[in-house]
Amino acid sequence: MSRFLLNRLGQSIVLLLIVSVITFFLINLAPGGPSAAMRMDASEAERQAIITQLGLDEPVVVRYAQWLGSAVTGDFGVSFSTSEPVLERILSRIPYTIELTLFTILFAVSFGILFGIISAVKRGSLRDHAINFISVIGLSIPAFWLGLMLILLFSVQLGWLPSSGVGADARGENFSLLGWLSYLFMPVLILSTTILPNIVRFTRSSMLEVVNQNYIRTVRAKGAKERYVIYVHALKNALIPVVSIIGVLIPRLLSGAVITEAIFGWPGIGSLIIQAAQGRDYPLVMGVTMFVTIVVIVCNLLVDLVYSKIDPRVKNV
Amino acid sequence: MEPLLKVENLVTGYRTEQGLVKAVDNISFEVNKGETVCIVGESGSGKSVTSLSIMRLVDFENGEIIDGSIHFQDKDLASLSNEDMRSIRGSKISMIFQEPMTALNPVFTIGKQIMETFYFHRSYSGKKAKQRAIELLELVGINQPEERLKQYPHELSGGMRQRVMIAIALGCEPDLLIADEPTTALDVTIEAQILELLKTIKQEMEMSILLITHDIGVAAEVSDRIIVMYAGKIVEVAPTIELFSQTLHPYTKGLLESVPKMSGERGVELPSIEGTLPGIHSMPIGCRFAPRCHYKTEKCVQVEPPLENHYGHLAACWHAEEVRNGTLEKGETT
Repeated sequence: MSRFLLNRLGQSIVLLLIVSVITFFLINLAPGGPSAAMRMDASEAERQAIITQLGLDEPVVVRYAQWLGSAVTGDFGVSFSTSEPVLERILSRIPYTIELTLFTILFAVSFGILFGIISAVKRGSLRDHAINFISVIGLSIPAFWLGLMLILLFSVQLGWLPSSGVGADARGENFSLLGWLSYLFMPVLILSTTILPNIVRFTRSSMLEVVNQNYIRTVRAKGAKERYVIYVHALKNALIPVVSIIGVLIPRLLSGAVITEAIFGWPGIGSLIIQAAQGRDYPLVMGVTMFVTIVVIVCNLLVDLVYSKIDPRVKNV
Repeated sequence: MEPLLKVENLVTGYRTEQGLVKAVDNISFEVNKGETVCIVGESGSGKSVTSLSIMRLVDFENGEIIDGSIHFQDKDLASLSNEDMRSIRGSKISMIFQEPMTALNPVFTIGKQIMETFYFHRSYSGKKAKQRAIELLELVGINQPEERLKQYPHELSGGMRQRVMIAIALGCEPDLLIADEPTTALDVTIEAQILELLKTIKQEMEMSILLITHDIGVAAEVSDRIIVMYAGKIVEVAPTIELFSQTLHPYTKGLLESVPKMSGERGVELPSIEGTLPGIHSMPIGCRFAPRCHYKTEKCVQVEPPLENHYGHLAACWHAEEVRNGTLEKGETT
């Protein structure tokens, strides 16, 4: 166990280094700079002053080395735009993104697996076709368009749901579950479309393969109820590949959060990274990227741990 | 003797794109109490489908019992409701399968897989179930049963897994055990051990066994009676000794001749039955074995021979007498 974790830690450090190099050079090589985001009427001298003040006149390599030097001590610098420490800005946004993604994972995984099972067990039925049809639609419609359409329907036309924000008033002293969920509903639904169809389709094909295995026949020969055969014996086997695909889908979820948060004015990491990139807030871009990378690494580690729990043939790590 | 299982005019088919295809075509036989009956035949002869029909597992595998009845303890299994059939599976009739490597669920422990049968059919307490599981493992000759309960299938050898399968099947003391090629995937020494185990257990538990095998040597080893199947039909039924001493069907004869003998001459090619099973869509109108038969005459090609009593046992051949007397030398009519 400890050897495995040590190994993983080593790999993760290398990965973080690579990601930081790529991100740092990409953002610095991109046209424009923090000075370009200033007021249009700023003079050339004012721009130059900003560049010197932020230390942007140093060569990129030197600046990367400086950034890395302080990053390893946990200091990610100060945001160009607000002068707050980067870490603070990220930490203030994290709870919202965690809330959004956790609910999305919960929603997408439970419904994805359930629909996948129904679709496989009732193969060729109307329900199977309906599930497949909706999955394909979910896969092919871009989230930003669907999000806008939902806002148009539920907020503008029907007026049932708020169009943006997290509903600060429903969270404070007059907490109301319904109010809180009304803000969460559309963002979670939209973010789910980035992973739910994949989970459905994966569960379906995995399940179809498993129900034809000999051990399923054995369980039936023992006199098990069909429900038991499917939800106990078949499902546990079918979940093994599904768990690994969920690991692959989590990064997609985080990039999906960028779009979803922007559409619904959700004050999480996703909308922060858009602000950072648009304002050429280099330290903030770096900080958020590092943070997201770490989240992805941790999620993949968790997936591997779960994997070894459900499949006894994978050596216990 | 009283029949425990009586199959009458069973027809089982599979749904394919070309429509229903009969894998078992109008067969009748019985298994008496305490008897071991073997169904022998080559791959595709319908022997496995017969066993899956009795268990009504064909329903789950795109198959269907089209006609006939399966009488077992005053019930007709062919027309029983799914729920009633479920309560018989694993308690009154148990089944073990060919592939012990894949017949056990890889993600559950041996213990769970033995004990869950009690959950389906008995209301044992957890402690009682565990105790019974240990007893069963001891019965099938597995050492350190208590530790085995916690192991997963991949931690056991093939022979051990088949023993576990047998333990599972015996859990509720069935009246009939169906064994579908239980030793085919095992090596010869393990095969002998498993067959020996089946024999002992049958004595101890007073049950009947229906053994499906392609190996007539295995059948000779354990059975009281042998049913020979060919292309979905029964071609010969006889007490084991009689089948060997007084073979009436050319197919059976071919099967017996193709068994290697210890006393056989070296360097001589082992006889085999030439040709292959007829395709399921192109069954001959007459005797289904005719295209491969050395005894074949015009009548064989035209008219299907009924399964009739000749010299004390059943055979479906127009030339049973010649086969018995060996009066026709091979190749004469071909």
